[in-house]
Amino acid sequence: MRFITLAAAGLATLALASAGLAFAQEQRPAHEFGPEHLDEPEGGWSFEGPLGNFDQNALQRGYKVYREVCASCHSMKSMSFRNLGQKGGPFYDPEFPNPNDNPRVKALAADLTIPAIDEETGDEEQVPAKTSDTFPNPFKNPAAARASNGGIAPPDLSVITSAREGGASYIYSLLTGFRDPPAGLTVNGGQHYNVFYPGDTGSQWAGDPRLKPPGGFLAMPPPLKADGQVTFDDGTPSTVKQMSKDVATFLAWAADPKQETRKQMGVGVVIYLLIFAVVVYLSYRRIWAKVEH
Amino acid sequence: MSGPSTYEPKTGFTKWLDARLPIVRLGYDSMIDFPTPKNLNYWWTFGGILALCLVIQIVTGIVLAMHYVANTSMAFASVQHIMRDVDFGWLVRYIHANGAGMFFLAVYIHMFRGLYYGSYKAPREVLWILGVVIYLLMMATAFMGYVLPWGQMSFHGSSVITNLIGALPIVGPAVKTYLLGGAAVGDPTLNRFFSLHYLLPFVIAGVVILHIWALHVVGNGNPTGVSVQDIKKDTVPFHPYYTVKDGFAIILFLTMFAVFVFFFPEAMGKTDNSIEANPLQTPAHIVPEWYLLPFYAILKSVTFDIGPIPAKLLGVLAMFGSILILFALPWLDTSKVRSMRYRPLARQLFVLFVLACVGLGFCGANEPDAFVFKTGKDRLQVEYSDANGRAQTKFFDQFSEANAYKESLPTAAGASLQVAESGFKWKWLSQILAAYYFIYFLVLMPLLGVIEKPKPRPASIADSVHKRSGSGRSSSAPVAAPQHAE
Repeated sequence: MRFITLAAAGLATLALASAGLAFAQEQRPAHEFGPEHLDEPEGGWSFEGPLGNFDQNALQRGYKVYREVCASCHSMKSMSFRNLGQKGGPFYDPEFPNPNDNPRVKALAADLTIPAIDEETGDEEQVPAKTSDTFPNPFKNPAAARASNGGIAPPDLSVITSAREGGASYIYSLLTGFRDPPAGLTVNGGQHYNVFYPGDTGSQWAGDPRLKPPGGFLAMPPPLKADGQVTFDDGTPSTVKQMSKDVATFLAWAADPKQETRKQMGVGVVIYLLIFAVVVYLSYRRIWAKVEH
Repeated sequence: MSGPSTYEPKTGFTKWLDARLPIVRLGYDSMIDFPTPKNLNYWWTFGGILALCLVIQIVTGIVLAMHYVANTSMAFASVQHIMRDVDFGWLVRYIHANGAGMFFLAVYIHMFRGLYYGSYKAPREVLWILGVVIYLLMMATAFMGYVLPWGQMSFHGSSVITNLIGALPIVGPAVKTYLLGGAAVGDPTLNRFFSLHYLLPFVIAGVVILHIWALHVVGNGNPTGVSVQDIKKDTVPFHPYYTVKDGFAIILFLTMFAVFVFFFPEAMGKTDNSIEANPLQTPAHIVPEWYLLPFYAILKSVTFDIGPIPAKLLGVLAMFGSILILFALPWLDTSKVRSMRYRPLARQLFVLFVLACVGLGFCGANEPDAFVFKTGKDRLQVEYSDANGRAQTKFFDQFSEANAYKESLPTAAGASLQVAESGFKWKWLSQILAAYYFIYFLVLMPLLGVIEKPKPRPASIADSVHKRSGSGRSSSAPVAAPQHAE
């Protein structure tokens, strides 16, 4: 019996010690060549936390960055133009509850052409997009996307912030994380070194493997190279950091466009349930008052 | 337990119906007048919570099935359609996806409650076994449901699990082929998983009815483990006493559920499952949902062959065995005392068992060869083969020395320079915890009944609540009641 108690105590100590040590080692020191953790823009993200919401101006700027820079390679298959004008969207206007009537959304769609079939002749043609159309794909088909990009198709960005650890912070970090490689790190042709890319630099690092630089190599060249690359309509200075922050905000919205509705409804639901709980608890006290239990 | 029915039909119609189909009587006897021990604590509210979870999953699931497309080229897009274009589709889907986790959270608490208070002991063996059947069906349903969104983890997770089933001797390959509907996970797999994912919840509902039936034959257990002796003194009618207590617990549970659905809907999700399935690209870490992690850890903890049985098969057997062992629990536990409240040793070992299960969950989430904690500094190792072709390893602290040594070797030696880390690996922790899991059931449970000296138990439920509420009258002193009195 004593043996069992001792063994049990030993097991418990081991489990606790393991947990403690594992936790202590999570906090690793910053790396010699770069950061270990993702970067966040100054002031963080307005949409984080249980009550956060999107800044509509940032969404509009972000859409412009996507349209002028990212869209040349990255599709957003799940997005339609009408989504831009829906409640909580970048171009939502309370005057036009139906986004298909929103003139800004109509104009944004008509700026672009999409492939269609001429019903009279059966020929393929390019027509201006309508609000009900999905964002046009930059490539005709997946094979074309692969062929133009060194064998790997650029990922679709519809839900990209849900599909990467770190979400919007990952997008922001990646866009601002392109660096010149440190001495000893070989970057092959067609590759670009990024301190935040979750890859491995080990095989191309000549020095001590314990000190290999963080990050990895990706085929995408730095898409946001210089300040002023995109001209913002609201006069916000378009620094690389600002453009990165705004496009990350836009992508976070696109991945989760019902976020604001969800959080607003959540506040109501939780308050309702808590009041309900108090009422039922008081009934419980009353019903059980005369029963010994 | 329920005794003679006290239902009396009052209207002409109910009298007429009662003589032909006494369904109102059934409902009255099992949900209104059912005598329930008056000392049940909040751990007993999870049965009601689980019934609600099943209803929530079935209702939201039926709505989702109206919009979902079970086709490998459209499944992922149809989920996005639900999230974006279906009215309140995001709400229905988040309730369903988080509801699965909530269902398992509640079932684990319900099972640990059963373990602690000996709810599996005579005469409740069949009640317990039906519960284990429900749990198994839940795991199968959850696994198939996770495949439907057709993300990366859906696809590669289902490949891993069906391969495991294929590793079973004799029946494995055939069962695997029937599950997949082909050689690999594809359209036929997705379609039959969808079909079964829709079917199994109704099978669960059927077994739940048997579970409740069995409960109403033998009656509720209670925290003292002492059986009901006097229905008047020991019990209260289910309604309103337990409808209101369960109701309160259900509302608190729903509040927590709502916090997840509305504020952290992706907290338990995997980023990889937001990437459409791609058979050609395997994710770096394939892990199941949190509620299956302890079993996944047991599976991966077996890294050694025993005799002619390879490690992979042993792991599969250990994983299935860890669940199937629950069926034998009523006969593995030899103690005459139901509640661990009066079993000082069993109580401590039970706490450790819960810790081991939680620990196994963490093991399952981590790579087996990763370190729980590291010891000492990282060194460098040069691996090469010597003149006789034997593998050699030499350790260094300085990179310059290691590199110079590597350069000094002939190219034929195929030298490579790596980091040598040392520490305590997750797989070792999972081996220790998995061993405890099995020892707890196979050794400690049978042994404790023999060596443990239980504490005195109250003479009756009425007596135990009387003592606890502390209002005098100690007419019936606590005695170490023998089993036949319980």
